[in-house]
Amino acid sequence: MDFTVNVNGMMHNVDVDGDTPLLWVLRDVLGLTGTKFGCGMALCGACTVHIDGVATRSCITSIDSLGGAKVTTIEAIGTTPAGARIQKAWLDREVVQCGYCQSGQIMSATALVAENSHPTDAAIDDAMSGNICRCGTYMRIREAIKQAAESNR
Amino acid sequence: MTAEHTELDLPTAHCFPAPSRRSLLRTAAAAGGGLLLGLHLRDTDAAAPAGGETFAPNAFIRIGADGWVVLTMPYVEMGQGTYTAIPMLVAEELEVELAQVRLEHAPPDEKRYANPLLGVQATGNSNAIRGAWVPLRQAGATARAMLITAAAKRWSVDPTSCRALKGTVLHPASQRRLTYAALAADAARLPIPKDVPLKDQKDFKLIGTPAKRLDAPGKVNGSAVYGIDVLPPGVKFATLAQSPVFGGRLKSVNDAAALAVKGVRQVVRLDDAVAVVADHMGAAKKGLQALTIEWDSRRHGELTSADVAAELEIATRTPGVIAQSIGDAEAALARAAKRLDAIYQVPFLAHATMEPMNCTAHVRRDACEIWLGTQALARVQAVAAKLTGLPLDKVVVHNHLIGGGFGRRLEEDGAQRAIQIAQHVDGPVKVVWTREEDIQHDMYRPYWFDRFSTALDEKGLPVAWSHRFAGSSVTARWLPLAFKNGLDPDTTEGAIDLTYAIPNFRVEYLRVEPPGIPTAFWRSVGPSHNVFVVESFVDELAAAAEQDSVSYRLALLEKSPRAKAVLALASEKAGWGAALPSREGRGAALQFVFGSYMAQVAEVEVEKSGAVRVRRVVCVVDCGSVVNPDIVRAQIESGIMFGITAALYGEITLKDGRVQQSNFDSYQILRINEAPKVEVHIVESSEPPGGMGECGTSLIVPAIANAIFAATGKRLRKMPVEPAALKQTT
Repeated sequence: MDFTVNVNGMMHNVDVDGDTPLLWVLRDVLGLTGTKFGCGMALCGACTVHIDGVATRSCITSIDSLGGAKVTTIEAIGTTPAGARIQKAWLDREVVQCGYCQSGQIMSATALVAENSHPTDAAIDDAMSGNICRCGTYMRIREAIKQAAESNR
Repeated sequence: MTAEHTELDLPTAHCFPAPSRRSLLRTAAAAGGGLLLGLHLRDTDAAAPAGGETFAPNAFIRIGADGWVVLTMPYVEMGQGTYTAIPMLVAEELEVELAQVRLEHAPPDEKRYANPLLGVQATGNSNAIRGAWVPLRQAGATARAMLITAAAKRWSVDPTSCRALKGTVLHPASQRRLTYAALAADAARLPIPKDVPLKDQKDFKLIGTPAKRLDAPGKVNGSAVYGIDVLPPGVKFATLAQSPVFGGRLKSVNDAAALAVKGVRQVVRLDDAVAVVADHMGAAKKGLQALTIEWDSRRHGELTSADVAAELEIATRTPGVIAQSIGDAEAALARAAKRLDAIYQVPFLAHATMEPMNCTAHVRRDACEIWLGTQALARVQAVAAKLTGLPLDKVVVHNHLIGGGFGRRLEEDGAQRAIQIAQHVDGPVKVVWTREEDIQHDMYRPYWFDRFSTALDEKGLPVAWSHRFAGSSVTARWLPLAFKNGLDPDTTEGAIDLTYAIPNFRVEYLRVEPPGIPTAFWRSVGPSHNVFVVESFVDELAAAAEQDSVSYRLALLEKSPRAKAVLALASEKAGWGAALPSREGRGAALQFVFGSYMAQVAEVEVEKSGAVRVRRVVCVVDCGSVVNPDIVRAQIESGIMFGITAALYGEITLKDGRVQQSNFDSYQILRINEAPKVEVHIVESSEPPGGMGECGTSLIVPAIANAIFAATGKRLRKMPVEPAALKQTT
């Protein structure tokens, strides 16, 4: 079946089953491989994208559920003010190691600082505990989120 | 397909990629002034023009007329920072700035790119910097000397009157200057000098600084290419089900429903696995779920992890191969005034790298091409040649960034599967394992079983130590030449070479390979087991002697000043001895493994329910000369989080021959809300560098167990922590 999806401001027609997770449309059909596969069950957050600005696990989001919603991925998040601040803070704090989970971390963190300019540790825990980092970069993630939030005040 | 991938789509060579076709880390000035790196296969590469214009004095450095310095990375980046630290070694001596450097993955070559400490091309055992410390600086220094000679000839001056700076050669007396690019062609024609002196450490400009990671920019904007991201033209996507019981066979499969799924192209049957090939992974997964598969699981179909433990327990009742013997432990034990015995066990563990197992392969009649992220590139090439019957030079393997290695990517089983499947597929196929397959068909950190006996003198100090343990030797399978007379250097590391002075000391090892479950290296390898058991047992001795566990250790360290110093500093920084509320405790642990001295103090809180929270970790390291202190800190933070996951949650169990855990719900990983504050202190030293990627992991496990003992009085002799056993009863 044909679906039209709005990804990073571009409209794409894709011919897949309606229950196909957005993750695979992004990665395998559209070639946007910055969004990662980690678990397929919304347990790790590696596949996080924004749907109308809300951090969402693309591995369990079926393509037929999108309607006209706007999908933003890691490839374009730097064009948003919050995304750019988060990416800069990630580099300033040298957060990444293997980096595989970081697309998802950055998408979750961007959604947090876009709506919360003073994230407390508890707010960071709430927003970020769905994103696993096997390299354990959590301390730097926390610092980077605080830096990004402060840089907008 | 995005622009980022168009370069990947170029046809690549049928034999070893020539320099002009190698995968390159492309750098370009970013908007913010930093470096952008992305992994690209490029058809033409301006940095490596054909002919004699390129200066390539060794396997690691290439300088072309365009001024880029291209460094070939003998070790692969999997988070440990090797794509920053190794270039720092070369750039320091070559006198170039990191901004001038482009990186490429080394091609498979067991000799040119061998790890000097392993003898094969592999990234592991925390030894990249240890192995590269002298040779990679020499590579840079030699190249620099040749460029200076080339400039001096051009100017007809004495080379000693010239010096190199920021990618140029200067002749200060005449204020002349030539770039390396302008000198590359001349330098390429010069003989390669021997024994070029290295810089004095006090003259280092780059080594010892927290230089920014070269791989970071591409990892924050989605452009970094991991093995799982490659998209060769026409690629199909496959996922697979392997026999749930190790060693089982495929009996039958009904694929009618799978083939009816939109986008599914074919179903591939192997002896012990089934794969569904489709237009995208979504269809492949849906197809896989639609298969009805019957397995023949007679072999190992009843195996449990308790069976494995029982076999090891029995094995340790008889003597093993002597791995270390100092004095006469047996005699000293026989006449002991006070004796302490204990049994310890550690479980199987999965790697659970965030990037699930994957490999892309294109098998043709006359050639084979493979894309993946691997810690052991030449092994992948060898297994591909073996499976396809092709000569090595017809097997092209492209290495990529790895989304977490931890030892898992030292194994070639993932490549083997992809090649087996690709042999049935027309065109390239990317085989991606589901998380469930990844966890249930890992190759696991071995289960080990340990027996200790000690004799204590009247002061409570150990006068005899006997440690006997049984379990798998991964080295015996992976690097058989290193397994000699029943022993290998890894399995016993951290058990036979303690920093403590114990006059009568004996360690015995029994190699017992478990049936029906494969084992592999896992972050902190042999020490992942030995450091836990040794440091827990030393803590037991201190408790038996009714002494403070830090003072007790310090008393045994008179002959090991570096070990003593890290422990003393860690206890000071941690506020050791200060009172804590009930059910809170501090635990100390000390190790000398991977060439680095490290001490940790963990602070834990044990809830009424028995749940353990690690609140704070103080870590002091003396790893000799430091190449990049921020990467040292990052690796310690990382290693500690990895070890906390193992201590609190890590356990793979078998029932009916099957691994019971399958995804992150049943194989839990530490999350941000559970992560402690980690404080790292680095001791200044000019000793040769030690390893850093794994130290944090092995040491935190006993530090936590010892802290739990301090908080509750319960000694944990088996990992992981069992909250039910720590529940408050009064």
